[in-house]
Amino acid sequence: MLLKRSPDLKYSDITPRDIYLNRRKFLYGMGLAGGVALAGKGIANLAFPSTRAYASTTLPGIVKGQFSTDEKVTDPHVVTTYNNYYEFGTDKGDPAKNAQKFVTTPWSVSVEGEVAKPRKFTMDEILKLAPLEERIYRHRCVEGWSIVVPWVGYSFSTIAKLVEPNSNARYVAFETYFDKKQMPLWGRAGIELPYVEGLRLDEAMHPLALLCVGMYGETLPNQDGAPVRMVLPWKYGFKSAKSLVKIKFVKDQPPTTWNITNAHEYGFYSNVNPKVDHPRWSQAKEVRLPGFFKNTPTQMFNGYSDQVASLYNGMDLKKNY
Amino acid sequence: MNRILTSKWAKAVVFVLCLVPLGIIVWEGFTGGWGANPTQFLEHATGDWILRFLAITLAVTPLRKIKILGLTQLIRFRRMLGLFAFFYAFLHFSLYLGLDRVLDFGSVWADVVKRPYITVGFTGFVLMIPLAITSTAGMVRRMGYRRWQMLHRAIYVSAVAGVIHFYWLVKSDVHLPVIYAGIMAVLLGWRVLAWFSDRGRKPARGAPARKEPSTVTAS
Repeated sequence: MLLKRSPDLKYSDITPRDIYLNRRKFLYGMGLAGGVALAGKGIANLAFPSTRAYASTTLPGIVKGQFSTDEKVTDPHVVTTYNNYYEFGTDKGDPAKNAQKFVTTPWSVSVEGEVAKPRKFTMDEILKLAPLEERIYRHRCVEGWSIVVPWVGYSFSTIAKLVEPNSNARYVAFETYFDKKQMPLWGRAGIELPYVEGLRLDEAMHPLALLCVGMYGETLPNQDGAPVRMVLPWKYGFKSAKSLVKIKFVKDQPPTTWNITNAHEYGFYSNVNPKVDHPRWSQAKEVRLPGFFKNTPTQMFNGYSDQVASLYNGMDLKKNY
Repeated sequence: MNRILTSKWAKAVVFVLCLVPLGIIVWEGFTGGWGANPTQFLEHATGDWILRFLAITLAVTPLRKIKILGLTQLIRFRRMLGLFAFFYAFLHFSLYLGLDRVLDFGSVWADVVKRPYITVGFTGFVLMIPLAITSTAGMVRRMGYRRWQMLHRAIYVSAVAGVIHFYWLVKSDVHLPVIYAGIMAVLLGWRVLAWFSDRGRKPARGAPARKEPSTVTAS
């Protein structure tokens, strides 16, 4: 029994603004009887409408992209109120509250390093480099929860090709915006900032790797990584760096934030893998949000084996976790 | 103050107060406060209250001993507070068993054996079970006070285990576990100091007994 209620509409039918403006809050009621098997029944529709936790604008001209799953799309209320964005606080609800005043205009992303044509892209340019595609991806957090999100963007390779990586470029390093003034809770994060991530070049150039500028047909809310982020659906969520300011093509494997924080628990690859447990918890199952029960089996490469497994041929995935 | 503490309503009031956290947690379920991942929310909420009740229970004896506070009658509530710590621990474990592990006892056992933060948390919980069972006045009589007291010192282990469990489960933001560690360190450190000063004051074996009554009581 999955205690959730999701929109009956397919995402493609949604006019997001109307939906969330009229969306009522979900409630979870639950019997704590006996304390053991928590028989829960309970999502009621309360009489007060939820207020939107962000301001976004509709992105025009979105086309359907490939690789989309036909699984039920997660309610946008979940995706905008349950976030890991430690610069804005470590509680899941913190970013939705604390990122509201985050200034994302003007914005530019420097694409540099081992490339023939290093360049700064303004956000306006990024939005126009290629047709914006909607890609409905599964998103699996290393903590054991998952969501299904209709992201908007295009393959990262599009922007990469424009700067023409040279033969020294073997990895790509990503850097997230960091400003202590705008992110006053940074000191509690317990991780080194700015947040940095990295991919092998062939991973980054894989068509699944999305340079993402929106979700649910609109620009990204601040708490979800506005204005531009990576989305790597076959890897644990933390690999998909948010609010990008720098993309650097490099020769050697770049440092990555969670690996710096705890190398024993978070490897460079961090591919979703139900057979390789996190040292502190099993990765065999996940809870699909919103929901009570952690009983959805986790798939190898988060279900994207057909696309990406060949990138890791011959690699020991237990060692290269 | 002691008069208020000994009034016939005092226990009922404390009992209701101890249920307020549960009431708030349930209420939050009706106002959307459980969020997208209710199981995790409930595990964290009940977990916080286990540590709080363990700290409150462990604070009873030190507070009684600070004479100027005049709170010696706090002892009346110690059992109830300890049992509420166990109550929230029971809810916490049940949530983990029922929702997180979906009653898969095998995977719970695998966690207990394999994952240190679960091992230590589970140990802390299991150690509270005999304390809850032997919390009645009849059990104190049957066991004899000394032995009963020895057994109930297991709460120190549960408190430390609870803090370690919390510290090990957070990913990087350790400020809350560190605060709990500080509180427990004060409460347990007080006992160590009290034990040393009591030992200093107690007459050596064979020496003439002093007149003042010993202040050693259950702690």
